[in-house]
Amino acid sequence: MSRIGAKFEELRGKGEGALIAFVTAGDPKPELTPRIVQTLTKHADIVELGIPFSDPIADGPTIQGAADRALKAGTTPETVREVIRQIRRTSEVPLVVLTYFNIVFKRGVDKFMLDFTAAGMDGIVIPDLPVEEAGEVLRATKKRGADLILLVAPTTTPKRLKRICDASSGFLYVVSLLGVTGARERLSGLVKPLIADVRKISRVPIAVGFGISKPEHVKEVIKAGADGAIVGSAFVNLIAKNLENPQKMLRELDQFGKTLKAAARLTR
Amino acid sequence: MYVDKFPSKGKFDHFGGQFVPETLMPALEDLERAYTKLKDDPKFKRELDYYLREYAGRPTPLYLAENLSKRVGMKVYLKREDLAHTGAHKINNTMGQALLARYMGKTRVIAETGAGQHGVATATAAATLGLKCDVYMGTVDMQRQRLNVFRMRLLGARVIPVKSGSCTLKDAINEALRDWTTNVRTTHYLLGSVVGPHPYPTIVRDFQRVIGRETKEQILQAEKRLPDAIIACVGGGSNSIGIFYDFLDDPVELYGIEAGGKGLKTGKHAAPLCDGSEGVLHGSYSFVMQDKFGQILPTHSISAGLDYPGVGPEHAFMKLRGRIHYNSVTDDEAIDAFKLLSETEGILPALEPAHAIAYLKKMPPKFRGKMVIINLSGRGDKDVEVAAEAVGVEV
Repeated sequence: MSRIGAKFEELRGKGEGALIAFVTAGDPKPELTPRIVQTLTKHADIVELGIPFSDPIADGPTIQGAADRALKAGTTPETVREVIRQIRRTSEVPLVVLTYFNIVFKRGVDKFMLDFTAAGMDGIVIPDLPVEEAGEVLRATKKRGADLILLVAPTTTPKRLKRICDASSGFLYVVSLLGVTGARERLSGLVKPLIADVRKISRVPIAVGFGISKPEHVKEVIKAGADGAIVGSAFVNLIAKNLENPQKMLRELDQFGKTLKAAARLTR
Repeated sequence: MYVDKFPSKGKFDHFGGQFVPETLMPALEDLERAYTKLKDDPKFKRELDYYLREYAGRPTPLYLAENLSKRVGMKVYLKREDLAHTGAHKINNTMGQALLARYMGKTRVIAETGAGQHGVATATAAATLGLKCDVYMGTVDMQRQRLNVFRMRLLGARVIPVKSGSCTLKDAINEALRDWTTNVRTTHYLLGSVVGPHPYPTIVRDFQRVIGRETKEQILQAEKRLPDAIIACVGGGSNSIGIFYDFLDDPVELYGIEAGGKGLKTGKHAAPLCDGSEGVLHGSYSFVMQDKFGQILPTHSISAGLDYPGVGPEHAFMKLRGRIHYNSVTDDEAIDAFKLLSETEGILPALEPAHAIAYLKKMPPKFRGKMVIINLSGRGDKDVEVAAEAVGVEV
């Protein structure tokens, strides 16, 4: 079983929901990413690292900003691979890579999976790769022992839902709303019925992302039946707010992670 | 050989496809279903024909440019898309898609625009059909195409400035896709070129085929034979595929001209077919301008309408099959052609088709004395300021 699967199993045993924390690798600069990840793993059960792409169509302004900063700081997929290798030296945290398909395609799908699993990647999310186009990536991830985490959205039809659930491994990424990533005041009304629908079909754990930005949101989705909550933009906002002060940035990430994990823990 | 054979399952061989977030996939399925049903529906066809004829001014003329012909040593015909309503071929597609949107029960359309021509044409179609319209436009393009920004606003559209990335067409498409993801239930994304995920490259091509269909009839009437070559500019590739399509299975040589900017060697251009590589951008697999890691590169062209790092997947397919020749001309050559057509024929071309006109001088010698059709895809009034700046005149 993959690190991701094992982690969900462990949490299920403890009756806890998973906290999955996302940041863009290289934001604000590559040297800081291992320390940011180290801080996040004090509370997060799984870490998702974005490889910045020039045209991130599934992302709102917050994560677009992170990608811009990372690219300006010279971050390449190669840098991210090195960062992952570095994290792996001291940590067994399950690591999920999130990037857009052209980044994977350009390296060569199989070579990408080979290189990144060798560095320590456990799974990958590609938001612009729907299940119809995922054949080659599915084969490559399977071959290299990585999970391909597919997404479902509130618009997903029952027929598609079945197909996506059958293909996804590690966990299923449930998009909570209609729209792009970014912190929101309230949880979308679409999320609870969606969790209920997915719950019935999915063989793998389900984690809810997009707009999940407060402990209350985490609590609600776990209560509604999700196995985990994915928080991205809210963490990235703390990075963006403290670009000049890494100590304060890490402190705030730590504190915020702690409250989110507490919310995920209490609800089961 | 080619006509109506592709795409099959959304792909032109391996090009095309649907690389979009899951949220949009059901919307693309709906769109494909609605389009498949409507495209042969007599009522829909009648209605579209009516609007194209009575509202958009079709058929557009095919004009024998005698003065230009003398200058370049070929018999040159111009397909006058510049005379269509709103001043470019874009209206063919926007009327079609806006009607489609209305049939699908959508109340709002969104669009991206580079030169502003597609934005204007979308705002126009939306105004006629009573749809709400928002247009995304990069701030760089808003600056260089100010007149069109004002035109769109006059037509009742909201123009939303896009300040991300390079602040041009590619970023406007990103933003439109994000909007569509959010408002997919009420909104139709009225994509302006033969790019994007399936079924857009096919839908837009089909609505633009009217150019080639008319051209064929007109040239057979005038000359009793097919032309030797057709030239059109290629940004995303909608006017070119539109005029080429009905000639694909005929013995006519087809030339697609990309924006060479400051020259292919400088890297400052927008010619992915001539100097790009295979990749995925905006939902489809085609040729793109990218670095070795797959990051999309900034482009340059004097023509905002061609300033785009990708190109329609069907063009990528035609390039590999060798059916269409793809070449490029520079900014300077386009400006010279802009002046040439203005002086010789009294027609100000848009800077986009000025690229096609410029290619006349670079045609292989075997075309000397032969008959060539150029798709004059838009008029140049919008470009007067840019052209003046390029030749160092203050207006």
